[in-house]
Amino acid sequence: MSLQRREFLKIVGSTAVGAGALSAFRFLAKGEAAQILGSANKNQKWVFLVNTYNCVGCGMCVRACKLENEVPYNAPVSRTWVERYVELDNGTVLADSPNAARDGFTADNPMGKTINPADITKAFFVPKLCNQCEKPPCVQNCPVGATFSTKEGIVLVDRTWCIGCGYCIMSCPYGVRFFHPVYHVAEKCTWCYHRITKGLKPACVFACPFGARQIGDPTNLNDPVTKTIATQRVAVLKDEYGTKPQVFYLGLDRIVR
Amino acid sequence: MSHVWRPLYVVAGIVAAILIIRHFVVPPQFGVWERGYMYGWHNKAAETWWANFRVGYKGRDYCKDCHPGHYKQIMASPHAIIQCEDCHGPAINHPDNPPKLQIIKSRLLCLRCHTKLPYPTSLRSQLPGFLDPNQHNPGIECVSCHNPHSPVLGGN
Repeated sequence: MSLQRREFLKIVGSTAVGAGALSAFRFLAKGEAAQILGSANKNQKWVFLVNTYNCVGCGMCVRACKLENEVPYNAPVSRTWVERYVELDNGTVLADSPNAARDGFTADNPMGKTINPADITKAFFVPKLCNQCEKPPCVQNCPVGATFSTKEGIVLVDRTWCIGCGYCIMSCPYGVRFFHPVYHVAEKCTWCYHRITKGLKPACVFACPFGARQIGDPTNLNDPVTKTIATQRVAVLKDEYGTKPQVFYLGLDRIVR
Repeated sequence: MSHVWRPLYVVAGIVAAILIIRHFVVPPQFGVWERGYMYGWHNKAAETWWANFRVGYKGRDYCKDCHPGHYKQIMASPHAIIQCEDCHGPAINHPDNPPKLQIIKSRLLCLRCHTKLPYPTSLRSQLPGFLDPNQHNPGIECVSCHNPHSPVLGGN
């Protein structure tokens, strides 16, 4: 091979510079990302993080979700909701989510009770949404195959195939699914599939003024959400069901159901 | 032996008929990817349908060119963390459709954050607000004194 000394140095130099630049933005191999999330889906593209410390219970997320996804605003159904947990020093736990927190929490009246602030030991808000489980019981249970998981792990419902039997609604351990009052089919949170596939944030994440809801890219270790999940003490809801949920929570407590 | 073969032919015929019917009835968009039939089968048509759903919330950048005054004012205020569409509703195709967005003047909109709730370990307890909002000018809309785009009285 007749390689000039000058050319050889050029190639070596540019490769080294290139490698240096690339290592600063290291993307994880498919397997590596799945390992961090404890997920077996190597094509997973999104992961959700809820920081309960930052949630103030304003309910802007619920309002935005309903308006974005055309969920009937005044019907008692919602794709996402915010729960309030108040634990008193006598061990009583009060948990409520009036109207799915569509109008926020504007009074200190958990479950309609008046409480003395001095009696509160713990009190906080927990936003809930579809966990886009890696092993979704709703998908497994659908007798007609109307609900399915996309390659990236988002669980969707085909409104033209759903017969409205309600098996999936019963099988979701998180109570995320409901019957759509207009279309008479099963309805659920899609993490705003139409937005995330265009590079936008889900409506609830977009509407949250306090960053309590965040979405991230699990294949990028420099993504703040992925970094948090990989390095902080996060928890998932109802791990014992083996559904492998993909919504991670900061600041969960045993009183959260 | 023909009494054995005849029912077998019938069964084979039924199986073939089912496979032929299946070929025509199952839409071509139905498929299975690597995770197998339990979780891995999918429906391309429905995926596309959901991906093409209309986007309602457009973000501040959609608002700022036509409403530069409001944009600059709120971006300089503590309310800069709140999106325009949080209070005004989704822009969708504004100004074509809808031609006008909501202007909510209810106290309840403000009280979503500004009722002080004494909840430890929640950011809510650290927001400025009133333990009993009825003590602060009851019955009067917040916006009659406070500009939501620049809420601090005496501010810009």
